[in-house]
Amino acid sequence: MTAVEIKNIKKTFTVEKSTITALQDISFEVNQGELFGLIGSDGAGKTTLFRILTTLMLADSGIAVVDGYDVVKDFKEIRKRVGYMPGRFSLYQDLTVEENLSFFATLFNTSIEENYDLIKDIYVQIEKFRKRKAGALSGGMKQKLALSCALIHKPSVLFLDEPTTGVDAVSRREFWDLLHNLQQQKITILVSTPYMDEASLCDRVALIQDGRILDIDSPHGITKKFKHTLWSARAENMYKLLTDLNIQPEVNSCYPFGQEHHVTFKTVDNLKSIEARLNQLGNKSLKFEQITAGIEDCFMDLMEQQKIV
Amino acid sequence: MKAISVQNLTKRFGSFTAVDKITFDVAQGEIFGFLGANGAGKTTAMRMLCGLSMPTSGEATVAGFDLYKNAEKIKQSIGYMSQKFSLYEDLTIRENIRFYGGIYGLSNSEIKVKTERLVNSLNLEDKLNSLVKSLPLGWKQKLSFSVAMIHDPKIVFLDEPTGGVDPITRREFWTMIFEAANLGTTVFVTTHYMDEAEYCNRVSIMVDGQIDALGAPLELKNRYSAADMGEVFLKLARRAKRGDD
Repeated sequence: MTAVEIKNIKKTFTVEKSTITALQDISFEVNQGELFGLIGSDGAGKTTLFRILTTLMLADSGIAVVDGYDVVKDFKEIRKRVGYMPGRFSLYQDLTVEENLSFFATLFNTSIEENYDLIKDIYVQIEKFRKRKAGALSGGMKQKLALSCALIHKPSVLFLDEPTTGVDAVSRREFWDLLHNLQQQKITILVSTPYMDEASLCDRVALIQDGRILDIDSPHGITKKFKHTLWSARAENMYKLLTDLNIQPEVNSCYPFGQEHHVTFKTVDNLKSIEARLNQLGNKSLKFEQITAGIEDCFMDLMEQQKIV
Repeated sequence: MKAISVQNLTKRFGSFTAVDKITFDVAQGEIFGFLGANGAGKTTAMRMLCGLSMPTSGEATVAGFDLYKNAEKIKQSIGYMSQKFSLYEDLTIRENIRFYGGIYGLSNSEIKVKTERLVNSLNLEDKLNSLVKSLPLGWKQKLSFSVAMIHDPKIVFLDEPTGGVDPITRREFWTMIFEAANLGTTVFVTTHYMDEAEYCNRVSIMVDGQIDALGAPLELKNRYSAADMGEVFLKLARRAKRGDD
């Protein structure tokens, strides 16, 4: 069964007499129990889509169904069934940790005790601060409290808007472990993130840019579709190599990628002659290697294709 | 000459030691990555190096100036950009450039020349009189970096400069960093993207207020038998005793 169904959703905003299209005709489905990632940068439309699905905002046109209910007609039902953790911390700063949690439990006619099992793993990490005001918590602690509050009524669909933005690599990994545990409890999770490396932690992902879906598939499905031969290039001076590669006529794309550059060519036949030319330009210890594309390679390639179109 | 030289720099808030005797040098023209988990003490250390916060103890010179005696001189010799605060959204691009140029002590004629050059290189000619808030995030970040560099500072401090931008813009931004370093500017940068740590000449990793590792990415990967900097970071940061509370 589908947990979320989106058909031709469109949303525009008017800012100072100019119209900005936040979502242009978006359609996709999320299956029940799935951990679904919405991956894209700031301004791609992730938050707008989440706000429409959680009934906080109306789309200009299109249909959206969450847990079997229509976001316009049945908004009250949806609000009972979804959990939503916005990107910006939105709990009551002047209530304590415990007060915030029991407030949200009461709103949904439940108690902390009733659904404690669901939040236990997360809440134990902040329980020692339960008398502390939420405003005085650190970033990581706030995030755990917000997640606990979003879960306390045992939602069937959970929306997490950029829970890992600005969070260090260790805490990010811990947060994803928490999500995988939640998934075991049969909760459908939609999570948005600007970090491409988090795509591989989802069952399926939608890559989103400028209000458009670039692709939807399993992480493996997306990388399988990469249609160029991808090469990694290294040399002693990586900046020189980058500038030299960028002026070679055969080069289709060239991006720095950690310790190497990822390069695609318009034609692959003449790698030897490019190598010779780069050597002549003074690139030492030059090395090309054929590699498989990752999500970020695919994302950038799809972005380039959009530009051309 | 060293661009930054730090010895036993310490900052305590009451009984809490946020930065605990850190010692390191940064060479002129180097891209220096300053990594650490949330709460490790990066921001406090960076604020001290920018002359915004007085150390509790320890020594430091930045751009040749002593942190205790010449904090104002330091502020004039550095550029600073962060993702959270950079440009004034309700000023136009021209006004922002003029404002920062003035703050950094450039003359009107210098500001005029710089404005032209900056706008040309970023292809912002048509947007000069638009409000900054109307710009896409990626453009804002690039403009913000250029503004931080408007007075040709010896050192530029970048605090998570690429957060939230799309992957192509993120790389265009780093190309600007490479260019600046190539022309001799020292770049001091923090990031949560571990692939970006690989772009640095050297990287330091802070854990619980101390610098636990410092070296070129390749050196650190060898030392910690890690495939990439992400793995180095995880191995070190997992040792942290203090959370970010």
